Amino acid sequence: MADTDAKLMNQLTTRFDAVIDRLPCDSISTVSVAPEQIADTLKFLKYTATPRYEMLFDLSAIDDTERNSKLTVFYQLLSLSGNTDLRIKVHVPSNAPVLPSICSVWQCANWYERELYDMFGIYISDHPNLQRILMPEYWEGHPLRKEHPSRATEMAPYSLPEERYRTIMESYRAEDYHEPGSAENEITLNIGPTHPGTHGLLRLVVRLEGETIRSVRPEIGFHHRGAEKMAERQTYHSYIPYTDRIDYLSGVQNELPYVLAVEQLAGIEVPERAQVMRVMLCELFRISSHLVWLASYSHDLGALAPPFYTFRDREYLFDVMEMITGGRMHPAFFRIGGVALDLPEGWNPALRAFLKRMPDAVDEYQALLTGNTIMRRRSRGIGIMSAQNAIDWGISGPNLRASGVDWDLRKRRPYSGYEHYDFDVPTATEGDSLARAELRLEEIRQSLRIVEQAMANMPEGPVLSDQARYAFARKAATLQDIETLIHHFITVGHGMTFPAGESLFITEAPKGMNGYYVVSNGTEHPHRLRIRTPSFPHMQALALLATGHFLADLFAILGSIDYILADIDR
Amino acid sequence: MTITQWLFAFSILLLVLLSLFLIAAFMVYAERRVLALLQDRLGPNRAGPFGLLQPVADLLKLITKEHFTPPFADRSIYTIAPIIVPFTALLSFAVVPVDDGWWLADINIALLFVLALSSLRVYGIMLGGWASNSKYPLFGGLRSAAQMISYELPMGLALMGVVMLSGSFSLVDIVAAQSLPFIFLQPIGFFIFLVCGIAETNRLPFDLPEAENELAAGYNTEYGGIQFALFFLGEYIGVLLIAALATVLFLGGWHGPWLPGVCWFAIKMLILILLFFWLRTSMPRLRYDQLMSFGWKLLLPAALINLMITAVIGLFWIKG
Repeated sequence: MADTDAKLMNQLTTRFDAVIDRLPCDSISTVSVAPEQIADTLKFLKYTATPRYEMLFDLSAIDDTERNSKLTVFYQLLSLSGNTDLRIKVHVPSNAPVLPSICSVWQCANWYERELYDMFGIYISDHPNLQRILMPEYWEGHPLRKEHPSRATEMAPYSLPEERYRTIMESYRAEDYHEPGSAENEITLNIGPTHPGTHGLLRLVVRLEGETIRSVRPEIGFHHRGAEKMAERQTYHSYIPYTDRIDYLSGVQNELPYVLAVEQLAGIEVPERAQVMRVMLCELFRISSHLVWLASYSHDLGALAPPFYTFRDREYLFDVMEMITGGRMHPAFFRIGGVALDLPEGWNPALRAFLKRMPDAVDEYQALLTGNTIMRRRSRGIGIMSAQNAIDWGISGPNLRASGVDWDLRKRRPYSGYEHYDFDVPTATEGDSLARAELRLEEIRQSLRIVEQAMANMPEGPVLSDQARYAFARKAATLQDIETLIHHFITVGHGMTFPAGESLFITEAPKGMNGYYVVSNGTEHPHRLRIRTPSFPHMQALALLATGHFLADLFAILGSIDYILADIDR
Repeated sequence: MTITQWLFAFSILLLVLLSLFLIAAFMVYAERRVLALLQDRLGPNRAGPFGLLQPVADLLKLITKEHFTPPFADRSIYTIAPIIVPFTALLSFAVVPVDDGWWLADINIALLFVLALSSLRVYGIMLGGWASNSKYPLFGGLRSAAQMISYELPMGLALMGVVMLSGSFSLVDIVAAQSLPFIFLQPIGFFIFLVCGIAETNRLPFDLPEAENELAAGYNTEYGGIQFALFFLGEYIGVLLIAALATVLFLGGWHGPWLPGVCWFAIKMLILILLFFWLRTSMPRLRYDQLMSFGWKLLLPAALINLMITAVIGLFWIKG
């Protein structure tokens, strides 16, 4: 591995004048190239390098204006064949940032580049459709720039004069979209932002010929809360509850990559018991997330009963979750270095009771969902995603595995002790809605297996690291001596500092690969926190999946890709 | 006729009308409770004992809502459309015999009358969707038109089997002819009639004109208050009508041992209505093209073959 890596670095430095950066905390090779070289470099890495970097995992920027008056744009590449990562950085001046588009290399860069433009004001030359993506069209400033206010109280009072309101609303008229190639007999149907079929605030502008979809353009950003900006004001610990609300259906599954990234940054060892607890809770939340997906998917296809059944089961799960963590949907339970609390008395029988009812329940859902003839007919052959397309568009998680790519980070890059568990990764080859649905049902079964093993092998010991530098003072000790109390005041009131560095951690969340990229400058707040969510590229690929199908299929496809609007917009 | 006769006839009409409204309203309540039972929840149980006053509360809410016509709608048609739907369904009940001697009218073309009214029903939904002058209702209206036309054909053909067996279009004569309920002689016909009946009333798995996940609310997206209630009422009276017709045509109407005829009629209808509820909770929605191919490629040929077999057997049976 080291050999090929060195060879690749050598190629990059000689062919593209790349400068090798000092190795960051996550040990991902990082090189900087000039803006004009970026497209060629990426083309080389995608098509000819060994190993080939097939997937554009993430693309965003860091505002380094205070340091060197530059914006650092990073392209996070992922090689599925070589199971390695590579980070390419490009530095553009903060006052007039221009960057060439790489949409010709990866089409999925389209939305990422729009986000760059929206959040950092980086102008992307020759971009097919350079518009704001998360912020409204009329927004002033670029939120992730350091000079942009980070809360409303720092800004002038908001006003919206009547005339301005009218011009804004006018831009939402669906009739005004005259896309090139639209024929006489086509109509534009505006779906959303509030619509029963979109599970949240999502706007789809669909061109229809009869009921056949000619094009579909998703418009996102209605759920944007600036989670990445918020991180820059929070201390490392106080940001944990915010992560819960990114993919709000999978609770601790969002905390995991965040705390793992910070732990990687600081080199914190997590006690074994905490690791097993983390895995157990994560898998329970995977089940919970899949149950809600099952509910919404069957509801999208018009079945009324399954949602009630799955929500009932989720309620049983939440009761157990409440017992263990104190929270239900958003427990904020993981800590940097472990988990918040030890397991309570009686957790084992409570969880056992839940596990006992689940296998039969999953069988029933299988019968209701994939066993039903109408369901099968509605979802078979709909929204087919080829393996090649899936990798190209940055698809991950069950959606990727349904297209025949056996890629699960729990197996490929075991974290938190996943290598000790015996479970299968279901895959399918069809890549259609039905395959995605069946795969998720099987994933519930596999998660149940993992939970059972975690329960059976729960080790004894502490649940929170007491590595002195990064440990909160224990409450009992603070009452005993003044030094500990001072330590407690400083770390809680002021925040704990973490070493300067960069750290990316990717985990296998229920919806796909979830990556948290923490850039620290040694203070109490992250300098930049990038959240790479799986739903973002999934939604971008919707047009690819839905074009040519019927209007009713649009919702079968939307449901089957399992997205969360909060996960897309962050 | 004298004034008293007129008054008598009028009060009977009013009584039938009111009882139908009442039955439809409580059917909504019953459906919600049955669905809740099948879905492991409670359903409406707050208004009155067991939530029995829920339909009243719903009605009051819908009546007191602001009467609103969207500025872009075609005003006159938009107003008329929701009246057509319950009107046609109610009118059909005039020829439905509930017990021996219990009917408003016994006309010799009753079955054709019912089918004709059911064809008119589609105008209510289609015009409602069209006059709303908005895209979702338009899609709902178009789907509805296509769906009702394609399912009317097999429905009519399925009923011809019954007509052949009884030799009459009069519903009273058909019931009288059923010493053995026609469901045993015409099982395929019964099945086709029931499926088409569900399609005609736009209920799951054939609720494409409404299809809330796709079309927001379909043809009635732009309707609110009492006008929405009329569409809703029309749907439930439609269900009631299909159940009543299936009882009359295939299940022997009021015939049955021990109990009075009207009780048998009610029991048979109730079973069918429960079947409708049950289907609604357990079936996903078909897709537009699947609905069409099911109607034209499966139901229509099946109805034709059924008709032919009935004709051939009938021919030999009568001759022999």
